[in-house]
Amino acid sequence: MSAVVSPIREPLITGHKDYHQITEDICAPSERTPSVAWVVAFLVAVSLLSFGIFCILWTIWFGIGTWNLNRTIGWGWDITNFVWWIGIGHAGTLISAILLLFRQKWRTGVNRAAEAMTIFAVLCAALFPGIHVGRIWVVFYFFPYPNTRGPLWVNFNSPLLWDLFAISTYFTVSLLFWYTGLVPDFATLRDRASGMRKKFYNYLSFGWTGAAKHWQRFESLSLVLAGLATPLVLSVHTIVSFDFATSVIPGWHTTIFPPYFVAGAIFSGFAMVLTLMVITRKILKLEDYITIEHIDSMNKVILLTGTIVGVAYLTELFIAWYSGYIYEQFAFLNRVQGIYWWAYIGMMSCNVLSPQIFWSSKMRRNITVTFLMSIFVNIGMWFERFVIIPTTLARDYLPSSWSYYSPTWVEIGIFLGTLGIFFTLYLIFTRVAPVVAIAEVKAILKSAGDQYTGEAMKKSHAAHDSHLEHGH
Amino acid sequence: MKNKEVLFGLYDDEEVLLTAVKNARTAHLDIMDVYSPFPVHGLDPILGLSESRIHQAGFVFGLIGTLTAFLFMTWVFTRDWPIIFGGKPYWSVPAFIPIIFELTVLFASIGMVVTYYAVNGQGPGVSNPVLDDRITDDKFCVAFDVTDTAVDRVDVYQQFFRETGASEVKTKTI
Repeated sequence: MSAVVSPIREPLITGHKDYHQITEDICAPSERTPSVAWVVAFLVAVSLLSFGIFCILWTIWFGIGTWNLNRTIGWGWDITNFVWWIGIGHAGTLISAILLLFRQKWRTGVNRAAEAMTIFAVLCAALFPGIHVGRIWVVFYFFPYPNTRGPLWVNFNSPLLWDLFAISTYFTVSLLFWYTGLVPDFATLRDRASGMRKKFYNYLSFGWTGAAKHWQRFESLSLVLAGLATPLVLSVHTIVSFDFATSVIPGWHTTIFPPYFVAGAIFSGFAMVLTLMVITRKILKLEDYITIEHIDSMNKVILLTGTIVGVAYLTELFIAWYSGYIYEQFAFLNRVQGIYWWAYIGMMSCNVLSPQIFWSSKMRRNITVTFLMSIFVNIGMWFERFVIIPTTLARDYLPSSWSYYSPTWVEIGIFLGTLGIFFTLYLIFTRVAPVVAIAEVKAILKSAGDQYTGEAMKKSHAAHDSHLEHGH
Repeated sequence: MKNKEVLFGLYDDEEVLLTAVKNARTAHLDIMDVYSPFPVHGLDPILGLSESRIHQAGFVFGLIGTLTAFLFMTWVFTRDWPIIFGGKPYWSVPAFIPIIFELTVLFASIGMVVTYYAVNGQGPGVSNPVLDDRITDDKFCVAFDVTDTAVDRVDVYQQFFRETGASEVKTKTI
């Protein structure tokens, strides 16, 4: 055995797999007819998606007046949802890129699905800025293209434009990274298929053969893309936070926003990865590849980032008090005790208090607790964005323009619609592509498979030691 | 194009493959290519592959992105249509940094991925000959080009596969 692994490492692949068994297990979900559970889930997702499209068309037809935004509160559920979705996307890139650079082997079990989640979440996010501008038919004004109005260029100094560049770059790079990793696995599916299926996967696998030089380039490319995606993912939520931090609204223009937003993004993203993985591993019978060890690792990230977010909330409160600036003080008092106090409570309890149970390793390794916690965090992080956006806007400088905001059915419908888009795409993905990166799992088998490491290794060491003793 | 006659052996394990390739190099056998279901670490130096230069291409593409963003925004804000935003100078370079960074990453990534598929001879709908369907599953393959090769030379290859523990030896015309 060539790889050197500590025997105290838990195995990441269980069930004494060999290379062929890995192929069989991971290809199986896309090769059998869909289960009843899948069909029901798909129908629910498509219904939500259809209702979402209906609500979007309703918005476009009748205008933004169908939403409850008003002169005081210009950003409501739309931008809340936008930030929520874009934050969810961040976990995929963290797993695929940052953990690759850190050589964390547990990434191989979850990176494929997490990256898919990133791409679908960014798609959902990108929808909101597009429709919230009101006149979607001139949305191409966002882009700096040579036009007949001068040409009049966009404002390159505006954080909103930076955001456009950040999100479109993020989407493109994530898609390229994800697809490049998928190509060898599509080739595996191709070589097992026949007839129409073979033609389909032949198209998707780009003529992959597995030649040594191609693998060498593949690894080189993956490493550089990971190196590029790492600062990119940090820049994306930093720039999203600039949308707020560069404004003059008390409660928004804080220097803590970039790191606080990035930590929150990773936090919410891991929650969504866990929500998806806990169900996926069960339904697709991938428990040997997405093990309790993986879930444990992800729960540790949840605990860490949740605590960072908690420290950020408290820092904000402290700085508001310490600044001696009454508008800032009022903004935070309003968050805690104002009209939207329930959102603040939801945020604090779901994001800061509840993840603390993950200090216990028993809780981190409990599937039910993990699933419930992941839902809590998803809700909590949605509340965080709601607390930041409408709560702050509702109480601005002039009490005469104070206002209240609650969404209309159209706004709720569009949010449900994005959930529909997300789950429809994810469900299609689980049918078409291998949910776990086959080639990458094979590459770590001999250093992370349960017949090579963990208990097995301890036993072989023990046998080796006793053999030595006998020898003397 | 003339068809190639390929003689190839399949191995069951990457450790056996590595030893086999090492032996082939020592015996100066001219390996056409090695195929595997996942990247086998330590294979490249034994096979005599030089390091991939794709990251250098990435650097060049990234640099093009940096310059495109920086020079374009400079031209727009100082030459084409200077506008004062918030009392700042026309040429406010710090505000250009986010977009410069994003375009650097975008150009480098797209450029590298396109280069990668181009040099690999891959792309949407491309079909390259597959020697054996199990190479993308659990077999590791060493292939020799035996087009117009003398029979005694082919025997040497056969001998090599027997000695290095290939589980199967086959020929295929591609």
